[in-house]
Amino acid sequence: MPFGNTHNNFKLNFKADEEYPDLAKHNNHMAKALTKDIYAKLRDKQTPSGYTLDDVIQTGVDNPGHPFIMTVGCVAGDEETYEVFKDLLDPIISDRHGGYKPTDKHKTDLNFENLKGGDDLDPNYVLSSRVRTGRSIKGYTLPPHNSRGERRAVERLSVEALNTLDGEFKGKYYPLNKMTDAEQEQLINDHFLFDKPVSPLLLAAGMARDWPDARGIWHNEAKSFLVWVNEEDHLRVISMEKGGNMKEVFRRFCVGLNRIEETFKKHNHGFMWNEHLGYVLTCPSNLGTGLRGGVHVKLPKLSTHPKFEEIMTRLRVQKRGTGGVDTASVGGVFDISNADRLGSSEVEQVQLVVDGVKLMVEMEKKLEKGEAIDSMIPAQK
Amino acid sequence: MNAFKWRANIGGALHDQKIGILLSSPRIDQPRQQESAMPFGNTHNTLKMKFSASEEYPDLSKHNNHMAKVLTPALYERLRSKETPSGFTLDDVIQTGVDNPGHPYIMTVGIVAGDEETYEVFKELLDPVIEDRHGGYKPTDKHKTDLNPANLKGGDDLDPKYVLSSRVRTGRSIRGFCLPPHCSRGERRAVEKMSVEALDSLSGDLKGKYYALKNMTDAEQQQLIDDHFLFDKPVSPLLLASGMARDWPDGRGIWHNDTKTFLVWVNEEDHLRVISMQNGGNMKEVFNRFCTGLTKIETLFKEKGTEFMWNEHLGYVLTCPSNLGTGLRAGVHVKIPNMSKHPKFEEVLKRLRLQKRGTGGVDTAAVGGTFDISNADRLGFSEVELVQMVVDGVKLLVEMEKKLEKGQGIDDLIPAQK
Repeated sequence: MPFGNTHNNFKLNFKADEEYPDLAKHNNHMAKALTKDIYAKLRDKQTPSGYTLDDVIQTGVDNPGHPFIMTVGCVAGDEETYEVFKDLLDPIISDRHGGYKPTDKHKTDLNFENLKGGDDLDPNYVLSSRVRTGRSIKGYTLPPHNSRGERRAVERLSVEALNTLDGEFKGKYYPLNKMTDAEQEQLINDHFLFDKPVSPLLLAAGMARDWPDARGIWHNEAKSFLVWVNEEDHLRVISMEKGGNMKEVFRRFCVGLNRIEETFKKHNHGFMWNEHLGYVLTCPSNLGTGLRGGVHVKLPKLSTHPKFEEIMTRLRVQKRGTGGVDTASVGGVFDISNADRLGSSEVEQVQLVVDGVKLMVEMEKKLEKGEAIDSMIPAQK
Repeated sequence: MNAFKWRANIGGALHDQKIGILLSSPRIDQPRQQESAMPFGNTHNTLKMKFSASEEYPDLSKHNNHMAKVLTPALYERLRSKETPSGFTLDDVIQTGVDNPGHPYIMTVGIVAGDEETYEVFKELLDPVIEDRHGGYKPTDKHKTDLNPANLKGGDDLDPKYVLSSRVRTGRSIRGFCLPPHCSRGERRAVEKMSVEALDSLSGDLKGKYYALKNMTDAEQQQLIDDHFLFDKPVSPLLLASGMARDWPDGRGIWHNDTKTFLVWVNEEDHLRVISMQNGGNMKEVFNRFCTGLTKIETLFKEKGTEFMWNEHLGYVLTCPSNLGTGLRAGVHVKIPNMSKHPKFEEVLKRLRLQKRGTGGVDTAAVGGTFDISNADRLGFSEVELVQMVVDGVKLLVEMEKKLEKGQGIDDLIPAQK
């Protein structure tokens, strides 16, 4: 039985009005959903590990809006956050995930054989292909909230599991706090190294605490499969390679992920998952599959076309700069990935990327020849 | 299942409590809880207790700050189950020091207080840090306050060709409220409201106006930037890691008098920062205004039944342990391009009990040979004593600069340790 959270109780000496954040200049999902009534209703609650409403929303209060992306503005501190604060999170999930209802069920499909095509994206345009997802280990609090002891336990369990992988997945773990300069240089050159977060979205949520303690990178010898430990989620699992063979990237992703899940289950540590939300992760935007399948693709002409945004909306893909979630694109090269996470399966989402990118490259080629693309504009998927 | 009776070890002034089964929702309309009422255990801190102390103890092997020097595993173990009445815990105290292993220009403290009681509940950690930081100040020492500007000798004749500007600042915390690392929006707004009420009743040459950060027009903002008054959302990782930038810019603002020589920052790194400044080298006048204004503000607060956090051991209680005592930093921007390159520069500063900073603030570098030179001490000396050191020390530094310009040696000018 949890005790009251002391500072939260202290705040209750002030009225809800006095504590309600000023969201007048804000434009994120949290600000759209958090009315004064919901704030008043939820503010005396806490999860069993002591996560409170103000903890959930802090990042959204501190980051009113973002130039490139409609941010969520909340994070979960543990699995129970999604239950205890459902009055706030359900509307946000619905808004963010295309009308997903509290009664909807999510489907998982990690059978790579169900993907059609994807092995022939033109490498003159598609520079690299990548699929990532996240996983949370049941029974531990999440990166915004966890203590050093918890984070280290997650690291220990993860490394134990990863060290049992063999064949094409055999690899090694590099903890951030013990990395040699040579190792660091190599990981940077391989584009593997993740750095201490600088995004104010992540910093405001407390995810960078105690950096670099218990953070690290594991990768296979072929450098095509890697796992980030304790960055924005307990685990981020990534399959990547140069060029446009998304089919192969996805195959390796599914096989590797399944092996990892098996190992964790054997050790009695399942992943946070339920049939409504799918895989439970730190950011509500990553619920469901937690999957982002994407490419770095050269689209200098298409990206300046007036219908670029509309096309992406219809294809259900999203653009980012090549530096990550809140960067701008450089030199006409964009990171194009699936926009959805929840309500469709892994195979469906990667299929959208494969089909969508194929179309966008065709459009780019047309525009290069000075031809129009109006006849190619797709219907809404 | 957890036991029904829970002995909450709160430390300090509180005695052990026996707490029954928790009610599902606390009563909201209670008046502010007295210390003898029941604080609950801090839930997440309690969860961490399932891990052993060594599993939770931070890795400080690459660290060089005051906290890292003092926090042994044994000390961590003793203090980790404690919390202040408002729920500030050991991990809250040390987070900024864990996240910021060291700083290129300055030996950082690595600790912040979340409320007045932090200094009591966590004294086993804070006393050695205070002693190390404040020149051997002992737990039994008493601090003296002297805000009588008549006691300052000289200070009106620093050469304005070298001394570009003079400034004195301090901080004040309002008793009964949590400090910036920990306060809620409701508390912060209450601090703002009380402060603005007090400041609005100042008159004469102190009469002025409050500019809330979140309501500022572009024109007002530009003016405040041009006047060098505007403080911005903190970017220093030292401040960000301790949670002081939460909810920015809510509850923050700047008040200044019509002549723009006296200003007050509300809810930046402390509840209040009080600043007197002007171009040139007349530190005496700056200090006069500082003392007069500060004393008036304190009187106004007392008239309203509030007071500042102060005790006879620590003096004025502020967020950062480095600012205890007077909380006073008196300094100048001074052009010493030759002196600053002299091999004995650091030694001279040390002997004069002065500290250098860049002209952009606490963790910036100097630009073009212009330095911010200020008193290094805060605690164990009075306000007058500290400003006297700045006045005397800067006068000497300027003399040395002039000698070096003429190609002369300065060895005979090097002072004894003050």
